[in-house]
This record gives sequence, structure tokens and C-alpha cells, in this order.
Amino acid sequence: MFKFVLVKLAQLIPTFIGVTIVAFAFIRLLPGDPILLMAGERGISPERYAQLEAQLGFDRSPIIQYFDFLANLVQGDLGTSLVTHAPVMEEFLSRFPATVELSAFALAFAIIIGLPAGVIAATRRGTSIDHTVMGISLTGYSMPIFWWGLLLIMFFSSTLGWTPVSGRISYLYFVDSVTGFMTIDTLLAGDWAAFLSALHYLILPAIVLGTIPMAVIARQTRSSMLEVLGEDYVRTARAKGLSNFRVIMVHTLRNALITVVTVIGLQVGVLLAGAILTETIFSWPGIGKWMIDAISRRDYPAVQGGLVLIAFIVMIVNLLVDVAYGIINPRIRY
Amino acid sequence: MSTSTTASAPGTLRYQLAEFWSYFSASRGALVGLIFIVTILLVALLAPWVAPHDPALQNRDAFLVPPVWHAEGTWSYLLGTDAVGRDILSRLIFGARYSLFISAMVVLLSMAVGIFLGLLAGYFRGWLETLITRTMDVVLAFPSLLLALGLVAVLSPGLTSAMIAIAVVQLPYFVRLTRAAVMSEKDREYVTASRLAGASHGRLMFNTLLPNCMAPLIVQATLSFSTAILDIAALGFLGMGVQPPTPEWGAMLANAREFMGSAYWAVTFPGLVILLTVLMINLMGDGLRDALDPKMKRS
Repeated sequence: MFKFVLVKLAQLIPTFIGVTIVAFAFIRLLPGDPILLMAGERGISPERYAQLEAQLGFDRSPIIQYFDFLANLVQGDLGTSLVTHAPVMEEFLSRFPATVELSAFALAFAIIIGLPAGVIAATRRGTSIDHTVMGISLTGYSMPIFWWGLLLIMFFSSTLGWTPVSGRISYLYFVDSVTGFMTIDTLLAGDWAAFLSALHYLILPAIVLGTIPMAVIARQTRSSMLEVLGEDYVRTARAKGLSNFRVIMVHTLRNALITVVTVIGLQVGVLLAGAILTETIFSWPGIGKWMIDAISRRDYPAVQGGLVLIAFIVMIVNLLVDVAYGIINPRIRY
Repeated sequence: MSTSTTASAPGTLRYQLAEFWSYFSASRGALVGLIFIVTILLVALLAPWVAPHDPALQNRDAFLVPPVWHAEGTWSYLLGTDAVGRDILSRLIFGARYSLFISAMVVLLSMAVGIFLGLLAGYFRGWLETLITRTMDVVLAFPSLLLALGLVAVLSPGLTSAMIAIAVVQLPYFVRLTRAAVMSEKDREYVTASRLAGASHGRLMFNTLLPNCMAPLIVQATLSFSTAILDIAALGFLGMGVQPPTPEWGAMLANAREFMGSAYWAVTFPGLVILLTVLMINLMGDGLRDALDPKMKRS
């Protein structure tokens, strides 16, 4: 097992080097002089130009620049934002918890709805319940989530006034940031009302972000359940006279879950891509909105750093999914 | 199953098509999807004749007119107008041209390059395969929309860059599928026979192997088509794709966003059209998979 993880980690190295090359090439591939581009339409003084050139290392050869970039990266130094002049790493880390919190709630929503829906559809295969569940999940799977978010805001926030439109918590509450997770911080502070407020702000964006994963999980659960229901050991379980509930929950679902867990893990990439849209719509102060702002403000060091870090996170999570698959599937032994 | 009266022998193209059609048309959803897609394609092609108004025409007397079923609505603007008095229905009809055309180009581009790289990787193996698969792993390491955004930022926002960016993001799926299919077909007798008969590498790859690897690729192409529509709209919505005043569906949504509270129709209809189009393509894709993929047949 340990050896398996090491081998998998080693296999990640070339991909990670590729990611760093892409991110490094990013600024150099921009059409025109990157420094003039960053300066925008206001122009730039020759002194400032020379200063930026030296600061960004553009006056040296590309290969040396790349190794500088790598060496800094290993030390956690991703350069400085051109807009806020704060280290990119710091900017990223301060916003990352908001995205993790949103994604965690979105994934929880997706699993709580998608998993039972898939099980029910599989056990009632061919009935109108099955068709309804599959119809809804295909619709969710096809959903343009930026529009879905606007629709929910129009209905629940504007018309009914049930949920807030944007942000993470009501301005009435102020909580010290300990973990960066609003729900955990409010609980740590023992402020129950603030906790409810944070949940209130979370619910709509979490539903929007969780819609596509929910659909994927429901579809995958149904098809794995159907596959397992056809297995001999399920027939044996039924022949032993076990209750239908026990056959479904213990003998079928547990085995079907093996592939479902993999699919759930692979939703992390979907969540991070979806976070860009969801956070833009709800003004959620996470890394998705940060990246969009960085792109539109031409804050290229921030974009570059964000690309590397996000790719790194996706790769690590996929590795963990691989490992988890090995642990929960007794038929695979390393 | 065989209801056709023409006696076509198994193995002929005609027989295969008939078999394909019998599986495909067995699914009602797939047929509905196909009919919808054909209709919307026709509407897009005939846009200048079908659309009631010029999509760019701004009527100063008709800002934010509601749809026809409202008391203030008029038959002239069936789905209402936007904030500068343009007919939403006409913009949606012309928008279909952009969404469908761009997405079709994305799929063609991605498929052509992906198949070529996949064939090279699966056929020649060795360092070329390593290089190609590793590069695709790098592309897959980035969330698709994020990579597309980064590429658009490099190429400067616009129609062509959005197209290229999304084609790149879709590339790994075609490469992987082609490579896997080539590797499983490569050692079959018919390939060996062809090789012994003196077929060149190019002929073996494109004439012998490729036709037998197409089934999963066609299914992937429909999936890519629907993803491309969503991604193009997402880029347009974020202001990184097709630029206003072009009536692209995502860009229309972005424009309508500030009137969300007062003019629900300007937000609702563009999104609804995106959802329906993507949904119908996916329905059709499910039917295609059942008809083309023998492993999934009748499951």
C-alpha cells in the first residue's frame, strides 16, 4: 500500500513539471510586452519599467527564469500580486477556505440527494419513479449553472426574500477568523445566531454548485446498483431469504459504492471549475472569484500562481481518490 | 427487430445503418433529442427569414417590454425586449448560429487533432506515446473552465480564442479514447493481414484502424458538443468569450443580469434555450451510446 502511494506520487512528478511549464509559459505567451500589458492603458515610466523587468526577472534568459520560478515555487513563493502588492500565496490561502467551505456543502448536498435518488431509481427500475429521477438528473447534468444561480436568486432572494443575494455572512455579525471556515468560526465563537446566518448565506450557492455533481452521482449510483443487482452474490443473498432492505443496503449498495466513491472524488475538478461561476454570481469571496478578478485586472502573477495551486490541488485529490479506491475495494490489493 | 423489407445482408453498410437505427429509435428520448437538434439547426440556418426582427435593431420606444402573455406585452415582441429595446426572440434565434457554429467547430477541431494524436500514441507507442499522454495529463490537471479562461486571457477575449481554448480543453478525451481503441484493435488479424499485404503506416492508421475505433469517438463527440455549448456560454457570461453586442446566449445572460429584478424574461429565456439545447444533445448522446457501444447494449 505504502509503496503504491509512493509509485503514484512519483508518477505525478512529470505532470506537475508540465503544469509548472504551462504556468511559467503563461506570462511569456501573452501577446506583446507583458510589462506594458500589465501597466495597461495608462502607460509606464522607463524607471518603473526597468524596476518591474528586474522584479519579474524578464531581463534574464527564459531557462534561468524558469528555474528561478521553480526554486521560488518549492519555497512557496509565487510572486507578488500586481494589484494588491501582497504575496500571491497569501492571497490564495486567505480565500481558499471560503471555496473549500462552499464546495464541501455543495458536495454534501450532492451526496445527500444524489445517492438515495440513484438507489431508489435502480430498485424501481423502469417505473415512473426511475424515469423521473433520471429525467431530473439529466436536466441537472445539462444545467448552465450560471443561469441556474440567477434563477434561484430571482426566485428565492428577489421574489420571496428568503435568502441573501451575496456574501458569506450578515454584516450584523463579526466573528474572528480562526479557521477561515465561517460555519466553524461562528461555532467556535459560540455565536449560534451568526452560525445560522452563515448557513443562510451558504445554502443557495451550495445548491447551485452541487447541482451537476448531484446529477452525476445519481446517474452513477443507479448504474452501479443495476450492475451489482445482477451479480450472483445478490441472488444468493435473496435466496438465503434476507429482507429486501438488507439485500439492497448491505449486499448491493456497499459494493456499488466502490465506483460511486471514485466518481465523488472526481467531482473536485468539477467543483473548482463550477466555483468560478458560482462565486462570481454570489460574490462569494473564494479563489474562483479571485481568479476571475485577477484575469480581468491583468494581475498575471496571481493568475499564474492560482493556476499552479489549483492544478496541484486537483492532482493531489485525484491521487487520494486512487488510494481510497484501493482501500475500499477488497478485490484490489497492491 | 428487422422490420425493413429490403433484404440486406449482415455486414453491409446498409445493414449496419438499419441495425443502428433500430437501436437508436428504440429510445424515445434519443428521437426527441434528434428532432429538437435538427429543428434548432434549421432555425439557426434560416435565422434571417425566421427571426421577426433584426437582432441588433434597438427600438427606443420599447425598452424592457415584457413577453406577450403579460398585459403590457405585444405580439410584435413574443418574448419581450431587452434593456435597449432589442427583440429577445430574434436575438435567441441569431444566437443559435453562434452557439451551434462555435461548438461544432470546437468539436471538429478537437476531434481531428485528438484522433491524430491518439492514433500516433496508440500506433507507434514508445517515447511519442509518453510525450502525448503526459501532455494530456497536464491539460487534465486543470479544471476545464479555468484552463479555458487562462488560454483566452493569453489569446485575448473573443470568438476565435474561446473556440481554440475550449477545443484544447476537450482534447484529452479524444486522445485517450482513440489511443485505447487503437491499442485494443492493433493486434487483431485484419490489421496484421493488412500489414502483411504491405500497407503503409498511414494507411494502417487511417484506413484500417480508424474506422473500427469510431463508435466511442462519435459518442464522445456528442458529449463534447454539449459541453462546448455550456463552456462557450460560460465564457460569454464571464465576458471572456464572444463579445457584446453579438447575440451569443451567454453574453445575453451577462447583459441581462443587472435587470434581473425588473425583467425576468431577459434572464430566463437565454438560459432556458441553453439548458434545452444541452439537454436534448445529451438525450441524443445517450441513445447513440446505446446504439453504438455493444458493451452498453440492452443494459
